[in-house]
Amino acid sequence: MIHVSGVSKRYGTQTVVDDVSCYIKDGGITSIIGPNGAGKSTLLSMMSRLLDMDAGSVTIDGLDVNDTPGRELARKMAILRQDNQLTVRLTVRDLVGFGRFPHHGGRPRIEDKAYIDQALDYLDLGALADKFVDELSGGQRQRAFIAMVLAQDTDYLLLDEPLNNLDMKHAVEMMRLLRRLTDELGKTVVLVIHDINFASCYSDNIVAMREGRLVHQGAPAQIMQPEVLRDVYEIDIRIEEIEGNRIGVYFA
Amino acid sequence: MASSTMTRSTPAISGRVALARPRGSGGQLAVAGAAVIALAIASMFVGVSDVSLPALLAGDQTAWDIFWISRVPRTISVILAGMAMSVAGLIMQLMARNKFVEPSTVGTVESASLGILVVTVAVPGASLLAKMSTATVFAAAGTALFLLVLRRIPLRNTLLVPLVGIMLGGVVAAVTTFFAYRYDLLQTLNSWMIGDFSGVLRGRYELLWIVAVLTLVGYLCADRFTMAGMGQEFSTNLGLNYNRVMTLGLIIVSLISAVVVVNIGSIPFLGLIVPNLVSIIFGDNVRRAVPWVAVFGAGFVLVCDIIGRTIRFPYEIPVGVIVSAIGSAMFLYLLLRKRESRG
Ligand SMILES: Nc1ncnc2c1ncn2[C@@H]1O[C@H](COP(=O)(O)OP(=O)(O)OP(=O)(O)O)[C@@H](O)[C@H]1O
Ligand SMILES: [Mg+2]
Repeated sequence: MIHVSGVSKRYGTQTVVDDVSCYIKDGGITSIIGPNGAGKSTLLSMMSRLLDMDAGSVTIDGLDVNDTPGRELARKMAILRQDNQLTVRLTVRDLVGFGRFPHHGGRPRIEDKAYIDQALDYLDLGALADKFVDELSGGQRQRAFIAMVLAQDTDYLLLDEPLNNLDMKHAVEMMRLLRRLTDELGKTVVLVIHDINFASCYSDNIVAMREGRLVHQGAPAQIMQPEVLRDVYEIDIRIEEIEGNRIGVYFA
Repeated sequence: MASSTMTRSTPAISGRVALARPRGSGGQLAVAGAAVIALAIASMFVGVSDVSLPALLAGDQTAWDIFWISRVPRTISVILAGMAMSVAGLIMQLMARNKFVEPSTVGTVESASLGILVVTVAVPGASLLAKMSTATVFAAAGTALFLLVLRRIPLRNTLLVPLVGIMLGGVVAAVTTFFAYRYDLLQTLNSWMIGDFSGVLRGRYELLWIVAVLTLVGYLCADRFTMAGMGQEFSTNLGLNYNRVMTLGLIIVSLISAVVVVNIGSIPFLGLIVPNLVSIIFGDNVRRAVPWVAVFGAGFVLVCDIIGRTIRFPYEIPVGVIVSAIGSAMFLYLLLRKRESRG
């Protein structure tokens, strides 16, 4: 499980994450939603030791993220940030291959190749494997980065807006893939996502943030309520029940 | 390579193009290595005094003396310096996450010269080893300063990074020149700033072998440098100790630069041109790139050194001048070509 307790982050006088506590149990998808600037990425970065926190602590499987050896943590948890720029020129296969580094420490074994091939296959990158990442489209690049963290084969997967740049087909496939990873392999996925309907259809748990605070948390049915969403986003969202999923209508 | 550049934008056949792209196989590397050896042999028979194959075969003692005392050491230093400075450039680019930096554009080389100047003034008659260690410490300090300044720049503009480096280097160079002027050492300073292999003799270049070891270390840590080049967040996610890798890179780059500056003098742009050339063709996966960078670097400096010795024969043009001239033209060409192919 992931245990976030009393985590805060301040920049100057601005508190961007304010005393957030939550408990994410093993297995399943947790979606973090909330308006721009709510502190979602900041929280995810602190959960994954990419950013130091000013207060509080985060443990993953009982390991404190701030004093567990980096490589040990890298075999337990993978994080993909919201925007990733690669200044080194790598092929897709090389990039994905680096996901195996925490496991082999620089000396790849035969089984590592299987993980790489599988990750490429999951993300439909077979035909692009030998292209350079800087020659891909935005969505293809996003898939390459996700393939890298998948190849890392960790129990916990933290993804900041993984649907960024993806077309509808690949977005749906991505969510189905995450669902499969949790259902079949028992992985725990935490993602930041803007499309509340994807969150509603695919998550087990939704965490809503606003102005640095965790304001609501619960199953999709509890969060997909007009009052709750108005409280989070300050707009009126009608909720329709379609094929057993609660869908928010916010286009008009 | 030309064909893949032209068809790169045609998605329908992109899969095939990707497969056809040169990946730098071991065979190709062996061919390139053989070419460098051929150049090295040619290099041993270029020079003012007459060292020819027939003379050597005839057992001409003077020819053999010149061969062992001057030609062989010179050729070895050219190879070592060319290889190491190119690899240092590659590592510097990964550390700064910018393709347009190298030790002579971020203050490393300038700081090394300042170090030599300081030790020359403070301890007249200091040994080569003392000069080298001081130069290394100064080079490391200068490079660290550059990297620290980079961390503080919020917007990592591609062109801003080399500009910051050039500025820092400029400041250090100005200080160095001022003191060199004060102590009447301008002439000496010049000899460090413009690389020149003409002074290489047996018994006076052997410390240069240090850079071979450093290049090897760079190769052994190739994966780590590639990851550092992906940025601190990527490295951390992959369980890499980012600061430790950066420190190692800093030590390698500073030591290589200092050793080369003390023994040969600065070879500007080398670390910029060679890694960029290799990157365009083979990409940046350091494990694959380092051997190519080393071979290209050695071959390129060998060619430049041979040109420098023949173009105004019997006079010699310092290799630093030739490398800058050919290198900057080549680099410009590559840049423009690259932009064209991207459309
Ligand atoms: N390095 C920084 N320095 C100062 N302020 C920062 C920094 N990083 C983030 N912030 C501020 O923290 C707040 C939260 O940012 P964060 O990136 O966590 O938002 P977010 O919820 O992920 O938003 P989005 O949906 O747009 O990605 C924002 O107001 C942002 O301006
Ligand atoms: Mg964000």
